[in-house]
Amino acid sequence: MRRFIIKRLMQSGLLIFLVLTITFFLLHFAPGDPMAKYYNRTGISPETVEMMRVKFGLDKPVGEQYIKWVASFIRGDFGFSIHYNRPVRDIIFEAIPNTLRLTIAALLLYIVIGISLGIFSAVKKDTLFDKVNTVIALFLYSIPSFWLSLMLIFLFSLKLGILPSSHMQSIGMQGAGWFELLCDRARHLVMPAFVLGVASAAGMARYMRGSMLDVLREDYIRTARAKGLENKSVILKHAFRNAAIPVVTIIGLSIPFLLGGAVVVEKIFSWPGMGRLAVDAIYARDYPIVLAVNFVVGVMVILGNLMADIGYALLDPRITVTERSEG
Amino acid sequence: MLLKVNNLETIFRMARGEVRAVDRISFNIKSGKTLGLVGESGCGKSVTALSIMRLVPDPPGKIAGGSIELEGNDILKLPEKEMRKIRGNEISIVFQEPLSSLNPVFSCGEQVREAIVLHQHLGRKDSKTEAIEMLRRVRIPDPETRYKNYPHQMSGGMRQRVMIAMALSCQPKLLIADEPTTALDVSVQAQIIELLQDLREELGMSILLITHDLAVIAQMADTVVVMYAGKIVEKAPAGKLFSDPSHPYTQGLLASMPGYSIPGKSLPVIPGSVPDPVKLPPGCRFSDRCGKRIEKCFNEEPPLFNLGDSHFSRCWLHNKEEN
Ligand SMILES: Nc1ncnc2c1ncn2[C@@H]1O[C@H](COP(=O)(O)OP(=O)(O)OP(=O)(O)O)[C@@H](O)[C@H]1O
Ligand SMILES: [Mg+2]
Repeated sequence: MRRFIIKRLMQSGLLIFLVLTITFFLLHFAPGDPMAKYYNRTGISPETVEMMRVKFGLDKPVGEQYIKWVASFIRGDFGFSIHYNRPVRDIIFEAIPNTLRLTIAALLLYIVIGISLGIFSAVKKDTLFDKVNTVIALFLYSIPSFWLSLMLIFLFSLKLGILPSSHMQSIGMQGAGWFELLCDRARHLVMPAFVLGVASAAGMARYMRGSMLDVLREDYIRTARAKGLENKSVILKHAFRNAAIPVVTIIGLSIPFLLGGAVVVEKIFSWPGMGRLAVDAIYARDYPIVLAVNFVVGVMVILGNLMADIGYALLDPRITVTERSEG
Repeated sequence: MLLKVNNLETIFRMARGEVRAVDRISFNIKSGKTLGLVGESGCGKSVTALSIMRLVPDPPGKIAGGSIELEGNDILKLPEKEMRKIRGNEISIVFQEPLSSLNPVFSCGEQVREAIVLHQHLGRKDSKTEAIEMLRRVRIPDPETRYKNYPHQMSGGMRQRVMIAMALSCQPKLLIADEPTTALDVSVQAQIIELLQDLREELGMSILLITHDLAVIAQMADTVVVMYAGKIVEKAPAGKLFSDPSHPYTQGLLASMPGYSIPGKSLPVIPGSVPDPVKLPPGCRFSDRCGKRIEKCFNEEPPLFNLGDSHFSRCWLHNKEEN
């Protein structure tokens, strides 16, 4: 098991490095200039801008910039943000927990909703519930998240005024007790997490339904019934454990989509996470931040997939990861 | 009488029409006795077994009529909750496919233990001891280690032993064995049959043995029921059936049995195939394959004639009133 994990991490490290290199050159060859915002500003002379350009090393040829970037990156130095004028590391470390909070909430939401609806649909196959469920799932799967966000904000923030439309917590919560703070943060989390997770939940429900229907046709389900088990145990124990195996892979594969979706959702809901940071950094041509965000997202995707693989091996005794093989 | 099946009728509502997979069959199983159920593939043997367990997949299947009495109580009238107490406890079943009948994600021992916990309400430790004891009973070597094994780590024969252990873990009064050896190697088949015979002696249970292997029937059954296209065509004590088969279909079956016909000659086969269950002929269902048919066979369905000595046959040739 350990050898498997180490091997996977090394392969993935190489992959991330390649992705970052491509990103680096794409960014530098794309039109735009990190210093653009300083031009034609009163109080900043062209000489000052040129000095800053030298300070950030932007005057050097791209090849040289790349080598310098690799050298510092390997030492764990993400560089200095051109836009915020702060170390990138500090900025990123502020954003990571916020994005994690949002994506993990969305992940849990979609797993719980998707799996339970999927199981229900499978058990109640071809009933009205199943059909309504299918239509709603297809609908939620196809609507764009920005449109859904705007509709939710319109309804719950503007019309009903029961949920906040942006940010992670209300202004002036500093002195509040932990419980009040928790409730406030939860209220802020509801809409963005829902928007981020709902499409995946719909996909998961469809997938779980299919997987469950396949399993329910298996002979061992009949064996479980023949033992005298009640339907609930047959479904939730015997069928679910088997139906969940392929679903674990789907969860692993959904992590990049969630992180990608977070870019849109964070921007709309002004959520101070990595997605919003990345969008703003791309507009500002803040190269070090874009690269650092890419790196962190890459690491998250790989860890997510690794956990999915481990979960897969734990759920399915037929899969043995090296050391666990029995004679 | 342990089990009395009376006019049992099980249908499948299909898009093409209604399939009467089991058509008003009746038979009894005495306590401690073995009833052999034989017939070609698709004649309704498994559906009969599933009907007794009340596990016919619904939809599309449905028990449409008749009664199944276990020690005098009609189990078709029981609420599902009561029926669950009978399944795996008083009536157990061993299926044809040991490869796919065990859940791949639970250890074999766990699957045996589950039945014990369910019906005997034993604690964790006692139920495990009991499960290991059951594995030993079905002669699985080194049962403590095997307890932890998953189905994929066992051979087909071993898995079938686990299935038998699971079925017998609560000392059922009736064991239904639905082609328990069909999927196994020939050498393993013999071992499993021997095991079933020994366990029958030890536990004193009744067995409904479904097979198309007549040699196994000859070895184990006290009574034999022959089915054809959902109907019983012949019913007799085993000795009688083998020495004096009376239905042309049974005669054909016996003639195609290796070691029963004349040595050196190729085995005769019954020509033709089973009728389409949706479009059954109006007369005898075997009529278009039968070598002894008469005019009447095509038009009128024969009743089950009583030939005396518990021997019954559904053939117009036994119609004494007209002959
Ligand atoms: N799940 C089902 N759906 C629809 N029809 C079914 C189903 N199960 C059985 N049948 C019908 O019932 C008939 C009898 O099937 P059954 O499985 O009892 O045959 P069998 O005698 O056990 O054959 P085999 O020797 O192949 O096991 C089949 O021909 C089929 O038409
Ligand atoms: Mg069968």
